Amino acid sequence: MRGRPTGQTTEYTVHRFLATAAVLAAAVCFSTAAYAVTDGSGDPTAVKSDDGKWVDKDGTPTFKVAPDGTVDWYTYAGFVRYSSECLRCHGPDGVGSTYAPALMESMRRLSYSDFYMVVASGKKDVSASQNLVMPSNGENKNVMCYIDAIYVYLRSRADDAVGRGRPEKHAPKPAAYSKAEDQCMG
Amino acid sequence: MQRASGGFWLTAGTLLSSQLLISTAIAQPSDDLAKMQTNSANVVMPTITYDNQRYSGLNQITPQNVGKLQVAWTFSTGVLRGHEGAPLVIGDVMYVHAPFPNTVFALDLNHDGKILWKYEPKQDPNVIPVMCCDTVNRGLAYSGGKLFLHQADTTLVALDAKTGKVDWSVKTGDPAKGETGTGAPMVVKDKVYVGVSGGEFGVRGWVTAYSTADGKQIWRAWSEGTDQDLLVDPQKTTELGKPIGADSSLKSWEGDQWKIGGGATWGWYSYDPKLNLIYYGSGNPSTWNPKQRPGDNKWSMTIFARDADTGMARWVYQMTPHDQWDYDGVNEMILADQEIGGRMVPTLVHFDRNGLAYTLNRATGELLVAAKYDPAVNWTTGVDMNKNSQTYGRPNVVAKYAPGEAGEDVNSQGICPAALGSKDEQPAAYSPETKLFYVPTNHVCMDYEPFRVSYTAGQPYVGATLAMYPPPGQTNMGNFIAWDATKGKIMWSDPEQFSVWSGAMATKGGVVFYGTLEGYLKAVDAKTGKELYRFKTPSGIIGNVITYEHKGKQYVAVLSGIGGWAGIGLAAGLTDPHAGLGAVGGYAALNNYTALGGTLTVFSLPGG
Repeated sequence: MRGRPTGQTTEYTVHRFLATAAVLAAAVCFSTAAYAVTDGSGDPTAVKSDDGKWVDKDGTPTFKVAPDGTVDWYTYAGFVRYSSECLRCHGPDGVGSTYAPALMESMRRLSYSDFYMVVASGKKDVSASQNLVMPSNGENKNVMCYIDAIYVYLRSRADDAVGRGRPEKHAPKPAAYSKAEDQCMG
Repeated sequence: MQRASGGFWLTAGTLLSSQLLISTAIAQPSDDLAKMQTNSANVVMPTITYDNQRYSGLNQITPQNVGKLQVAWTFSTGVLRGHEGAPLVIGDVMYVHAPFPNTVFALDLNHDGKILWKYEPKQDPNVIPVMCCDTVNRGLAYSGGKLFLHQADTTLVALDAKTGKVDWSVKTGDPAKGETGTGAPMVVKDKVYVGVSGGEFGVRGWVTAYSTADGKQIWRAWSEGTDQDLLVDPQKTTELGKPIGADSSLKSWEGDQWKIGGGATWGWYSYDPKLNLIYYGSGNPSTWNPKQRPGDNKWSMTIFARDADTGMARWVYQMTPHDQWDYDGVNEMILADQEIGGRMVPTLVHFDRNGLAYTLNRATGELLVAAKYDPAVNWTTGVDMNKNSQTYGRPNVVAKYAPGEAGEDVNSQGICPAALGSKDEQPAAYSPETKLFYVPTNHVCMDYEPFRVSYTAGQPYVGATLAMYPPPGQTNMGNFIAWDATKGKIMWSDPEQFSVWSGAMATKGGVVFYGTLEGYLKAVDAKTGKELYRFKTPSGIIGNVITYEHKGKQYVAVLSGIGGWAGIGLAAGLTDPHAGLGAVGGYAALNNYTALGGTLTVFSLPGG
């Protein structure tokens, strides 16, 4: 009576299937040497780094995951800051909650500037059926000083480049990051 | 007591309400509440009775017949957010509250819950994102013909129970600073007490007494600050039998950090009429980064016993000095007279977020028992019970599981319990028949990484990242346990797939009720914990079960409506960060079991 073994088996089977599909899809992508996945800002492939801060071909901040799973510093810092500032509403790892949407989904639609605007100015969706309100974070240093890191982390989640939980390995903290952090946080 | 029914009464009620209220207030002083609470037919306060035992004298529903329980009627609140707390029942009327926008309904029990009146305040939706972890509300208080509601935007409102018309309202706090209202008020005599939420926004906690007659503030007792602000007497207010001394709070903080020091007060309050003391706990100190607030951070994480009239603290006990885990001390205080060491003791029993259950003498604040109520708890080896020790009454902290010891930007792993505690706000119950406490618990551990944050008024002020997962090798994220508070011992434990986030209800009939996050209302045998009945309600249950009697028949009711911290943390399922690469899936995800929506489900036995 207590457990629900049947239900769980089904659920895990589905997960396994999806995981396998994802692995296959990734394999296809790598073999054709082109990133088939695009998010709200287009192709996230990292092309250039300025002291550990990666950008895509359009100059938009993006993630860089090494073949051994090591993530760039900004993606890691983004995980930490997301978990502190955003998790309380949006759930762990950008997966959403009963309270606020899954940002790993939203980022498949939102461009960098869309994202920046919503974070800085907030968003309201108040109707008879729901009361969704995102606060404006424009004055919130704990968010705005790390906005690129949070963006890059969520972008990596949207593109399934980084899994759930804390990235196991990350690149060292670049000097430019520490400098910018100290300047911004005061 | 006449019910409002139809347009005539509503109109008449508006015209007459002021006169009626005056006469009701005089004819029915709120002292009556002390008498009314002893009538198990009604539910006149959110804690069922002043002692917060959540025990009902009703006994029609028994272990023998509870299996036949069926749904009598249901009611949708029309609100999607997490539904905590429970309705009140007074005579023929049930009063149901909802999360933001904090709708209140009066339902006619003579007509399957027909709506007698509805109150829906207009509140600035900007308060929504200032509410940590969902826009919950834990319910209403009643006294002398009035209902009291502490709205999300910190408006305390008194409604005419007959008509739903506002009698008076007062602003208790400032949402622009992160202060919000989620807790249920409590009334004692001519005062209504409310607390404040916002521990994650750097508020400075307080409890305030207002006059039930007109909303005038009578006293406010802060969790931090000067002795005057704390409402303490340095000589007469004691901790573990000793005077707390002058400036007890200020000395335990560095600089002005206490001004944004947390210690929120949104839990359930209880009251001992004989001692004339009210009891409650204060929450976590702000920020979650312990390095930014050296010291014991008094009086966060503290059990307070205050004079109900003056607010002066009789005794205090800080359970988790210098918190490093977000183990809020707000959980309920249950008052029960129990036999310990061969004598009857007026005890207070408290299941703290930190995983320890405390039994104290509620008259003196003497610590009698402190024990883990989940074997998984590992951040402490226990409380120092040696009265001659320098660290008497303090928890022995295991350095490995103390994020503050490791320092900023270091991830401390495998700490049990997680920040949501071995139990959160979901109140436990006590049966004087079995002499057992029935405790809904969380069985979740965490990684915790503190880091530097800056404070901006009205913005989250957290400073830690955490990941949650069940204890190693286990998949159940909750247990429903029976606890002997005289010995500090688990008597039985029913594993639950998810945290149990619903308030329990014990009954004289020998049945204990609780709800689950999947949405089941469950009935178990009070003696053995054996499951006797389950019914899946429309959404996950984070509300508290109540039982009442109407026209001679016993009913059981519960609000379902998934949300709150549970809905945020568990919606998509937890994953174990230490499971290693290639680990499949994760743990059960609430999303696969339930969806949003507030519904009241009322149960009864067939026939009659």
